[in-house]
Amino acid sequence: MRGQVPGCTVHTPTTLIGALEILFAEKGAWRPLAGGTDLMVLFAAGVLPFSRFLNLWGLDELRGIETTSDSVSLGALTTYAEIRTHPLIAAELPNLVQSAWVTGAMAIQNRGTLAGNIANGSPAADTPPSLLAYGAEVQLQSLAGSRWVPYENFHTGYKQTVMLPEELITRIRVWRPKGDNFHFFRKVGTRKAQAISKVCLAAYARAEEGRVAEFRLGMGSVAPVPMRALTTEMLVQGQAIEELDGQFIAGAKLALMEDIRPIDDIRSTASYRRKVSANVLGQLLEEMVERFKRA
Amino acid sequence: MNPSLHIGHSRIRKEGRAKVTGEAQYTDDVRMEYMLYGVTVRSSVPRGILKGIEFGEGIPWDEFVIVTAKDVPGELNVALIERDQPFLALDRINHPEEPVVLLAHADRYLLEKARAAVHLDIEPLPPLFDLEESLACKEVIWGQDNLFKKILIEKGDVDSVWAGAAHVVEGEYKTGSQEQLYIEPNGAIAVANAEAGVTVWGSLQCPYYVHTALKALFNLPDDKVRVIQMETGGGFGGKEDYPSLIAGHAALLSLKAGGRPVKIVYDREEDMVATTKRHPSRTRIRSAFDAEGRLLALDIDFALDGGAYLTLSPVVLSRGAIHAGGPYRCPNTSIRARAAATNTPPHGAFRGFGAPQSLFAIERHMDVAAAQMGMDPIALRKQNLLRMGDATATGQIIKENVDLPGLLDHALEKLDYSAKKENHRIHNASLGPIKKGLGFAIFMHGCGFTGSGESYLASVAGVEGRADGKVHVLAASTEMGQGANTILSQVVAEVLKVPLEYVEVVRPDTALVPDSGPTVASRTTMVVGKLVQEAAIGLRQTLIQSGFLKVPYDGEGFSSAVKQYIAKNDHLKAYSQYNTPPQIVWDDQLYKGDAYTTFAWACYAAEVAVDTRTFEVKVEDFVAFQEVGRVLNPTLAEGQIEGGVAQGIGYGLSEQVVWSKGRMANGQMTNYIMATSMDIPRIRVYFEENPYPNGPGGAKGLGELPMDGPAPALLNAVQDALGTSAPREIPLTPERLMDLLDLMDFLEPSNV
Amino acid sequence: MARLLDVIREDLELTGTKEGCGEGECGACSVILNGKLVNSCLVPAVQAEGAELRTIEGVASDEQLHSVQESFLHCGGAQCGICTPGMVMAAVDLLKRCPHPDEAQIRDGLAGNLCRCTGYGKIVDSVAQAAERAIQVAEESRS
Repeated sequence: MRGQVPGCTVHTPTTLIGALEILFAEKGAWRPLAGGTDLMVLFAAGVLPFSRFLNLWGLDELRGIETTSDSVSLGALTTYAEIRTHPLIAAELPNLVQSAWVTGAMAIQNRGTLAGNIANGSPAADTPPSLLAYGAEVQLQSLAGSRWVPYENFHTGYKQTVMLPEELITRIRVWRPKGDNFHFFRKVGTRKAQAISKVCLAAYARAEEGRVAEFRLGMGSVAPVPMRALTTEMLVQGQAIEELDGQFIAGAKLALMEDIRPIDDIRSTASYRRKVSANVLGQLLEEMVERFKRA
Repeated sequence: MNPSLHIGHSRIRKEGRAKVTGEAQYTDDVRMEYMLYGVTVRSSVPRGILKGIEFGEGIPWDEFVIVTAKDVPGELNVALIERDQPFLALDRINHPEEPVVLLAHADRYLLEKARAAVHLDIEPLPPLFDLEESLACKEVIWGQDNLFKKILIEKGDVDSVWAGAAHVVEGEYKTGSQEQLYIEPNGAIAVANAEAGVTVWGSLQCPYYVHTALKALFNLPDDKVRVIQMETGGGFGGKEDYPSLIAGHAALLSLKAGGRPVKIVYDREEDMVATTKRHPSRTRIRSAFDAEGRLLALDIDFALDGGAYLTLSPVVLSRGAIHAGGPYRCPNTSIRARAAATNTPPHGAFRGFGAPQSLFAIERHMDVAAAQMGMDPIALRKQNLLRMGDATATGQIIKENVDLPGLLDHALEKLDYSAKKENHRIHNASLGPIKKGLGFAIFMHGCGFTGSGESYLASVAGVEGRADGKVHVLAASTEMGQGANTILSQVVAEVLKVPLEYVEVVRPDTALVPDSGPTVASRTTMVVGKLVQEAAIGLRQTLIQSGFLKVPYDGEGFSSAVKQYIAKNDHLKAYSQYNTPPQIVWDDQLYKGDAYTTFAWACYAAEVAVDTRTFEVKVEDFVAFQEVGRVLNPTLAEGQIEGGVAQGIGYGLSEQVVWSKGRMANGQMTNYIMATSMDIPRIRVYFEENPYPNGPGGAKGLGELPMDGPAPALLNAVQDALGTSAPREIPLTPERLMDLLDLMDFLEPSNV
Repeated sequence: MARLLDVIREDLELTGTKEGCGEGECGACSVILNGKLVNSCLVPAVQAEGAELRTIEGVASDEQLHSVQESFLHCGGAQCGICTPGMVMAAVDLLKRCPHPDEAQIRDGLAGNLCRCTGYGKIVDSVAQAAERAIQVAEESRS
């Protein structure tokens, strides 16, 4: 334990407004703290460059999963465990359930939050690819009001986001899929549980009249930020399902290798990440074709 | 029907209740009055000359206890095989985790701030990180030639064979380092003062190693140093020699603090980066076979990276060299073994102790050779396996009736080898991305110390009758999860014919127990167990001769005999000292003769599925079949094998130590990849019981054996799955496998 | 920002909860907080104020071991014992959520608790046996 406990201040607001007031009054001075599963690791290692923490854990306003006929809205403090066991999410947004399932293990899933996973800004987080695939939006709130930001625009660089120092994430909204759709999630981690992703792919596709009407591909651990593979998406989107043959898939794999910007680190290599991303895309497209042809 | 009272029965672990309730006391659970915490300031430079130590601003240094090499009252270097590793660096820095300054304070947080505020002025010297560069003496960083130890084992004449051989197969094999990763980090608490001497409580395997090192460090006699083992949360070799340093550090701080207790417990990262790991190795094998696949010659060059100091490298090298020829009959063998220095923290003991490295090479090589010669790997093994009467590489004649072909058959049968092989042939012919394969390794592990080690140690263990009518086992053998407490109790209770509750094992404490040697080398059951068995026989004899114990008797009767004897004679103790079994002869100079009193034998067989999209190797099934003499406690024995296999699977596939300038770069549990419950299959364990006459109840040693087989079995299975013999280095991470396949252009990039 | 783990071990002097890594990876510090399994090394103590906490010390009742503890003893689920308290907490939590787990569910439920000694087989057996014991006890009390 190398973190400096005596030098730390933790403030626990009792309302969301109370929290926002503090963030507004001393911009950038307070680090929001939710389940602690990321921050406490850095704190214990003595490498967390903050000493003032705003404890959000007790703010029930930031909890709860709400559904409408069009969307599912998850409170910022929704835990992985809550996502894992939510029947509607399991039925309609299975990628979210899978990404929650593969984040840490039970003890982490009981504490880690969806907003924390986003705000922490790690490119290796496992819910972001699913959120990208589902076209999620993030609600940011400050004393001045709230705004919805498409999640794909949220991260601006390694551990950088569009959030202002006085803002908090309050909710994450995902649109409920319609029509004939296909979901794919695969994490290639360092091991089967308690693992950090080396490559993570999540995709959502919708077919209409024999064509891929919608296709979004979210990726983790292959760039400084969680990212959508836009060139690859464009290639696939609008294609006739009949034409998604081996040759097409080979082309898509090449496109994906250009889309991503992986690096070498202590967990894997850039060349591995590039090749495996492409191979898993191949698996994804094959399964997608099979699924849509079956319908 | 098992006629034994305890032997062969799965008795519940003696200290099990304390462990499942959380009552067991580990080092970090102890807090003493006036206790200070201690930390270590380390070099962070791989090689250089220490010019100065600066204590930065903003820290109330006068509140701190500060110790440097200049405060050492006795021998600065750790007493082990050689005395070359300093407790604290005086002027030379030889690896990036070299301890230089020790600090103690009651406030742990302030202590961490202070640790960061100490600045070391080190003039760098060119470091050496690569084993081959060390062997080639690119820089001389240790002794005259960087070599900690050289060994040559020669039998017959290999050079007479090459020209006439039908097949000559060559290969090079590499193994990486491996972290023991016991879940309890290293730690010790010490109280030291000039009058009373030094007392240390710690998480450790070998109380008398620490005792020896502390005596020299403080220049104290035997009875002024006391070492007590706390409950120890795993060791696997990682708490064999390093605890001497930690204990010494805590004691140096305590001495300077006027005798206040000092506790040093490493955090996970410090434990991973600073303490010992398994020696990385490189083995080159040149082999000759006749047209039928009979082994004619083995020429083996075996090299270990020992790190910065000699520590245990000579003995690790010795075991590795002796096992390098595998369980094969080979008339002409030459094994050249060297352990060399690099500027990394010293590598040390880890379950298997050199044998996993060299056995990986030979067992992998046999499959490489089979493929090159177009032979079936099973048939090739069967041509060459040792039988009773054959000689090993050191010329040790196998005197026991070992049936290695039978062991191989049984293991393959349990794996359902033939049926699976046929299924895989069909499966792999399809275009699917998953390729399946089967592999096995057949191997042995020498039980107890190598060569004359045991006779040199001359271990002593004993039993003591107590006033409450119970019997205590007196041995320095430590319980660290492997089951020593239970096994030694079972052996003694069997002799005494009493219920297990009548026997307790005394916590190892150098003030109370004799030196029964270190808890290493698969020797506790076989060697120390035999000693306590003999001591118990002596104790029983004494009771009978005294007239207090009349045969037949029950537990009550025994207990009351003990009480009566003690009432009359004050104490009742019996000891036994190790004697080398007859006809065991070893020549330490020529490396010839009986390297071990006996071997445990095994064949491990695995089924793998390789995902050619992600290059991940999944272990689908694993059979561990072994002959370890008689099994004294089936549940404990299976537990040892299953745990060892899990470590072996990690060694083979995932446990990569990433090095950066001599320092482990992935010293976190999230980045060093040991298996979770999701990563390994159920390990299927089978024993073939062949009682060993010199072991208690017929037992041999088994603790290290399971570490030797998994890695070669798995890589042999990968060879079978992919049809390439390219994988020859462990861990075979997905990244490494991909690079190998890329290199061979095994897969067309567009082939989906 | 004190950790719940430090409060448990140092202030409450309940040392059955262990620290194996301090990074939420090994699970040796697992406790049940407000009915949920957590890594106490990752919980800021301030977030546990007023909460209901169950540690390994609260699993056995007096001299009577919990069925999970009993099974760990009989099946060889504990070796060195340092992961055992956390492993027992994870098993207790699993059996509460999922009283009749199959092997895959047991492995998933224990995936956050690393054990270096056992290779997990005997721990899986222990949890399966504890589930069976619980069923037997329930049936006995019914009949």
